[in-house]
Amino acid sequence: MIKKVRQHINQNEPLLFENSSPGKRGYQLPPLDVPSVDTAAALGASNIRAEIEGFPEVSEVEAIRHFTRLSTHNYAIDLGLYPLGSCTMKYNPRVNEQVARIEGLAWAHPYQPESLSQGILEVMGTLEKILAEITGMDEVTLQPAAGAHGEFTGILLIRALLQSQGNARKKLLIPDSAHGTNPATATMAGYKVENIKSNERGMVDVESLARAVDEDVAALMITNPNTLGVFEENITRIAEILHSKGALVYMDGANMNALVGVARPGDFGVDVMHLNLHKTFSTPHGGGGPGSGPVAVKKHLIPFLPKPRLERVGERWTWNYDRPQSVGRVRAFYGNIGMHVRALAYIMAHGGDGLRNATLDAVLNANYIRALIEPYYDLPHKAPTMHECVFSDERQTKRGVHTGDIAKRLIDYGFHPYTVSFPLIVHGAMMIEPTETESKAELDLFVDALISIAAEIDTDPELVLKAPHHTRTSRVDEVTAARKPIVRWKGVTEPRP
Amino acid sequence: MLSAIGVTSLEDLFSHLPAEVRLNRPLAIDAGKSEYEIVDYFRARGDENANGFASFLGAGVYHHYRPVLVDTVVSRGEFLTSYTPYQAEISQGTLTTIFEFQTMICQLTGMEVANASMYDGSTAVPEAAMMAMRVTGRDRILVSRTVHPEYREVLLTYAQHQGMPVAEFGYLKDAGTLDTADLESKIDSGTAAVIIQSPNFFGIVEDVRHAAEIAHKHGALLIFVFAEAVSLGLLEPPRDADIVAGELQSFAISPVYGGPFAGIIATKEKFMRQIPGRLVGETKDTRGNRAFCLTLATREQHIRREKATSNICTNQALIALMATVFMTVYGKEGLRELAQQNLSKAHYLAGKLPLRFSGPFFNEFVASTNGRTPDQINQTLLGKQIIGGLPLERYYPELKNTMLLCATEMSRREKLDTVAEVFAK
Repeated sequence: MIKKVRQHINQNEPLLFENSSPGKRGYQLPPLDVPSVDTAAALGASNIRAEIEGFPEVSEVEAIRHFTRLSTHNYAIDLGLYPLGSCTMKYNPRVNEQVARIEGLAWAHPYQPESLSQGILEVMGTLEKILAEITGMDEVTLQPAAGAHGEFTGILLIRALLQSQGNARKKLLIPDSAHGTNPATATMAGYKVENIKSNERGMVDVESLARAVDEDVAALMITNPNTLGVFEENITRIAEILHSKGALVYMDGANMNALVGVARPGDFGVDVMHLNLHKTFSTPHGGGGPGSGPVAVKKHLIPFLPKPRLERVGERWTWNYDRPQSVGRVRAFYGNIGMHVRALAYIMAHGGDGLRNATLDAVLNANYIRALIEPYYDLPHKAPTMHECVFSDERQTKRGVHTGDIAKRLIDYGFHPYTVSFPLIVHGAMMIEPTETESKAELDLFVDALISIAAEIDTDPELVLKAPHHTRTSRVDEVTAARKPIVRWKGVTEPRP
Repeated sequence: MLSAIGVTSLEDLFSHLPAEVRLNRPLAIDAGKSEYEIVDYFRARGDENANGFASFLGAGVYHHYRPVLVDTVVSRGEFLTSYTPYQAEISQGTLTTIFEFQTMICQLTGMEVANASMYDGSTAVPEAAMMAMRVTGRDRILVSRTVHPEYREVLLTYAQHQGMPVAEFGYLKDAGTLDTADLESKIDSGTAAVIIQSPNFFGIVEDVRHAAEIAHKHGALLIFVFAEAVSLGLLEPPRDADIVAGELQSFAISPVYGGPFAGIIATKEKFMRQIPGRLVGETKDTRGNRAFCLTLATREQHIRREKATSNICTNQALIALMATVFMTVYGKEGLRELAQQNLSKAHYLAGKLPLRFSGPFFNEFVASTNGRTPDQINQTLLGKQIIGGLPLERYYPELKNTMLLCATEMSRREKLDTVAEVFAK
């Protein structure tokens, strides 16, 4: 019995290009109030294009129906639990959207005079200070555009500090449970990667780490809690090992939703870390961005922060470009400011106590799911759960059903799946992060769905293997998509139904 | 819930954390506020910024009108609150719009493949340069000094630890266009790519074909950069380029003091497997219906880890959707008319000012401030509720007493006239 959903009709929709008719338009410009310029004379005839071949031509109502119909083909947090592990899909408060659209903020040009930008600078300065308090670090840069961009920035800072001491060193140590962005970042910053194996409790093995740390190691990139949702209990000792050899500790803050108000990376030996405002601080994921990846550092890394730096001089905020040791710019202008506005609004709504309560609820929800699911699915790592828990499909695999199939069957029950097949150290991983957003009622429906699917696998595995059954799009052929890629519309119109 | 877990308090869930890592005091952050107070706070901050000023700033961030439909669409929770579309069966909305986005970017740029977006134009440039290194097996990058100065700074930041030496070549001091002789003298068989921007930072339209010929003659790729996307409504697309890296802020993306924006990388099909970032492809579902999904993920960090084409993960999907709605609403005729209005407004103003360069320009140009400093002129303009142009000396020491001015469809004639009057005094 599926309690959460039943089918309803929604509209098919062709591509814009298939729906276009010559001459249709969805806009009207005001009449030109200056003389019209002869384009060929102004720009040279050979610089003028004939037309934008294939570009859409639809009316306003066709445009809004197009996008509205397509929107109904999406799942979203606004529809229910979105338990993607390490993605922290929490509710995106709408007041954040509203304040980010306030005219004086939204229409501020990055080169307008500082004297006419004090409001937005105050927002940024306030956010930097609060993020430093939350992380226990000394200073924060808001310039990086996303988590991976923050990682890149953080590793550049480490390299710059070590270089200033005479030796940038050669490699980064990265646990095998890490996000793929960590090793990819290391390469972009010119470091070799050495993987560190996790122990049977799913934590960094301190002894093998100690053996791996030598004078070639620039830093350890650690995620804490790690991608198993397990707090690295030896983190203080780990930091000591790195520091004793002159190496640094980078923390991937993707899982900070487990720590806000409870523990601070700056207090357990982390030198530099990034935050994902689109995870912990509720800015919307928007189908894959924009994110924002502030980087927080301890004192010794401050001189190297990206420029310009926001500074308070007397009663005014100002940009300081005179930062001779800076790693440079990691993007144009000053960052994804619209996300900073939203994150500050989220923090203001919660306050210090509310932020901590959110952490407690997030950990409560993950532990609740873990406790109720454990009788039905294999839990390979038994260490205490923080904000997410990772099961494996080991029992179900015996009936030929894998994590990806269970995920697809969850869709029929009205849920977005968990993160599939990650972290890589768990074979057939099912990585579940409910966040603090969910009520017990929603969690119970989710648990019931997973228990019901476990029973289906015992009685009728085909049902699960062919899922989803109730969606408008059935299982998608990703293999052919990759083998013969079609990545733009080439004018072959599908026959209309 | 606690009893189901087998604990008696919420605190028990954290009892395994070592005492020395626990925070034993409340966060020093003010108590939670109501929605009303939050809105009030940000309104007050907005009022401390420039409000109600006319602006002639461009330089990579442009003041264009945003059709209402754009906000209507991106405010739908189904787009706003969904994740990267890994689960194709319940993400066809996002996937279809990205496929349309990729298609429109190709139509606009004359390329064959476009990715699902990059963080912004400035970070798309080094990603394109790294892509050129992979394609050519060479490592040297030559970038024009007429590429946006901050884009070049970002390029240097990315390049410094990748064995990717970056050198610059100049511009003609009267025309403001590429100094192709300087380019010819610097390019060699180690050059992976030549990077140019058009309209360039001075607003001037470059001869893309000529730059491409020089690059190709030496076996290098041409990377074409754009910062003002509206120009592509009118200008010949850069068909001779190998990689296009651009910024879409002009397409209904509010300036928000510099971000979030959306960048793109587009290229030829033969280089598809070297493109960074997400790509959406067309396929079918098991019932034979057309469907879309993320594809060629083997380029990406979550599969390839340290061997990935980039570390990019999150991109700018919602911002790309804004651009998609913008392109849809304006469409084929509208984008052209919009570009023509921009051209006309800028040329109207430019006709009244002393121009520094003679090259053909779109909606931006460099004016000389003859006898006065740019700051003096801008101060006078501020007194008339007008934000003037960007003084260029900070980026180009040789361009003392000049400023970059931009006029768009939003620039009213009376404001254009006011700027001209202040310059004339």
